[in-house]
Amino acid sequence: MKDQSILKDALVAAFGDAAASVRVEGARPSIAAMFCVPVARFAEAGKVMKACDARLAAEWAVDETVFGGGFGIMALYGKGVELLLIECAVPHEAPVFPSLTGNYLAAWRFERQMRSLMGVESAGHPDARPWIKHEDWPPEAYPLRKAFDAKTRLARVQGEYKWVRAEGEGVYEIAVGPVHAGIIEPGHFRFQAVGEDIINLEERLGYVHKGIEKRFESMTWAAASRLAGRVSGDTTVAHATGYCTALEAAAGCEVPARAAWLRALLLERERIANHVGDIGAISNDAAFTFLLYQTAILRERLLRTNQAIFGHRLTMDIVMPGGVNADITLEAARVISGELTEFSAEFERLVAIYEETPSLEDRTCNAGVLAPPLAKEMGVVGIVARASNQPLDARVQQAYPPYDVIAPKLIRCGDGDVNARIQVRIDEVRESIRLIRAIIDGMPEGPLAVDCPAPRPGATGISVVEGWRGEIVWWVQAGPGSEINRVMVRDPSSVNWLALEQAIKGNIVPDFPLCNKSFNQSYSGNDL
Amino acid sequence: MLRILHQIWRTGVVTEPLPPLEEGRVTLAGERLEEEILKRFRGSLTIRFVDAGSCNACELEITAVNNPFYDCERFGIHFTASPRFADMLLVTGPVARNMEVALRRTYDAMPGPKLVVAVGDCAYDCGVFGESYATVKSVSDVVPVSAFIHGCPPPPAAILGGIMAAIGKDGAGR
Ligand code: SF4
Repeated sequence: MKDQSILKDALVAAFGDAAASVRVEGARPSIAAMFCVPVARFAEAGKVMKACDARLAAEWAVDETVFGGGFGIMALYGKGVELLLIECAVPHEAPVFPSLTGNYLAAWRFERQMRSLMGVESAGHPDARPWIKHEDWPPEAYPLRKAFDAKTRLARVQGEYKWVRAEGEGVYEIAVGPVHAGIIEPGHFRFQAVGEDIINLEERLGYVHKGIEKRFESMTWAAASRLAGRVSGDTTVAHATGYCTALEAAAGCEVPARAAWLRALLLERERIANHVGDIGAISNDAAFTFLLYQTAILRERLLRTNQAIFGHRLTMDIVMPGGVNADITLEAARVISGELTEFSAEFERLVAIYEETPSLEDRTCNAGVLAPPLAKEMGVVGIVARASNQPLDARVQQAYPPYDVIAPKLIRCGDGDVNARIQVRIDEVRESIRLIRAIIDGMPEGPLAVDCPAPRPGATGISVVEGWRGEIVWWVQAGPGSEINRVMVRDPSSVNWLALEQAIKGNIVPDFPLCNKSFNQSYSGNDL
Repeated sequence: MLRILHQIWRTGVVTEPLPPLEEGRVTLAGERLEEEILKRFRGSLTIRFVDAGSCNACELEITAVNNPFYDCERFGIHFTASPRFADMLLVTGPVARNMEVALRRTYDAMPGPKLVVAVGDCAYDCGVFGESYATVKSVSDVVPVSAFIHGCPPPPAAILGGIMAAIGKDGAGR
């Protein structure tokens, strides 16, 4: 199909033989293609992608010492249904590549992180400050390098983090965090404000960095799905599915149809539980506690059903390499359907209350606006993207099973404000209810899992899954002994956090919690 | 407005009695407060929460402790935004290297007497994340811990029960 190779055709047209096609060992979706370009032309390839209107979905580095190489620098581009992976190789002695920041805002943090944790330098990057790695780390400690022992106890050194500053008459600064007021994750926010108005926000994250990517490298493929399910605990199903799918792609393992359908069932339940909780939590930040408690009841009931049917409130550790380890009986299917009917009626009553409470809408409308052109420019994904009118949903574009059959509707809203992010969640809850019914009705019979072998030495696999926050990317690579050599995960938060800085400009300081909640990005998924 | 009142009426009271704490859910450790001081907490316990590096699932379940089913406030337990008002520090996560200082500072900012309760398997020994360049072995290596609540994540009833056990109360609120 033509629209599946726009990026590929453009790269081949611009680079000719200089872009070497690399066989992608495994990819779900299978349309991902991969090319290797000379390092000097890495940014130029980015420019070609930009000219095609592609977004930069992820960028990361791989230490290929075990294969006798230097570092691989990888950039994943996406446009509509197409995904294109462009790689260049840099030697250990001179780990430098041209920065993509000239064309892609999303590259700012990706490359700061690559430099901080892998020690690869992006030439031309305007910001030399570390990311995730805080200033009290020894600067030459690069934990993602193969030569770095994960158990190393790093000394604390003196260092300073240089904040961006706004100056002028009446400008003052507010520093918040890392420890926040509520039961939430830690991060630091610096506001520059004039009176009540925020003129600049700078985030500093990395507080919950616990070395997840490095940790994978000491685990077996099978055991690692438990870790994948804890990259961001609220997204456990989607992340475990992403990891397993990438691994299965690398290993050439076909999961049984029933397993794919059960994964989707859990994924949609996870979406509903998080969305409904968020709708209440956002309302609470606009001082409407009534909805917080009401939605908390709905959420709690879903989790209890999870416990009763799947044995875990958040359905952790059910998705595993090769399939799933839990099934639903006919009786359980009836329970789930019956619950949905009740849930749906109750949910609609709450939506009606949301919609007819002007004091609430007064806070949510026109607050925290992320204008659609900016959303596109920043390459945001998921709810944040769809609330700013971006047609992005991996379930629709990649249509991996069973979404090819149950065909999710792409939800969108053009306003880009807090209200839009609530509306998208409301409509997605409704759509997920329909999807779960379709899954229950259409669920094929058959085994729950097959044996997933270890990938062959050097094999790689990539996957894209639409979690409740948005698109999740996983990439895995086997080492020479078929062990885990590198696992890369890109949570939606890694791109969406940056957009919050933009959406908050011009809002008043007291609206920050509200705007932040409407984004509700993961700190753990970002910091890894 | 009528709709809201109607909904409140329809909902009624969903709060449930707290089930007895299952075995193996909680380890009472180290620093205990004297009986006399513990008595003073009865009826009111203010908690400051700190995520020191969790995956965020433990937060979801701690948040659930506040929902109408578990309603921790009925036991006089409530969460505060300031460590200055807190009697208890509730901590989750393997302590990330990048959070170690903030955790210690939060503890130091609390007035005595104070208790620390660590929630989740990774607060106990880093759990699935393991000890590494990025984590500290256990919350108890950073601040003195009175009780560990096990589970990954522990369900809300276990969290609430564990908090009560740490202050010498049982599920019936005694
Ligand atoms: S104990 Fe488990 S659920 Fe809790 S933070 Fe650790 S990994 Fe997450």
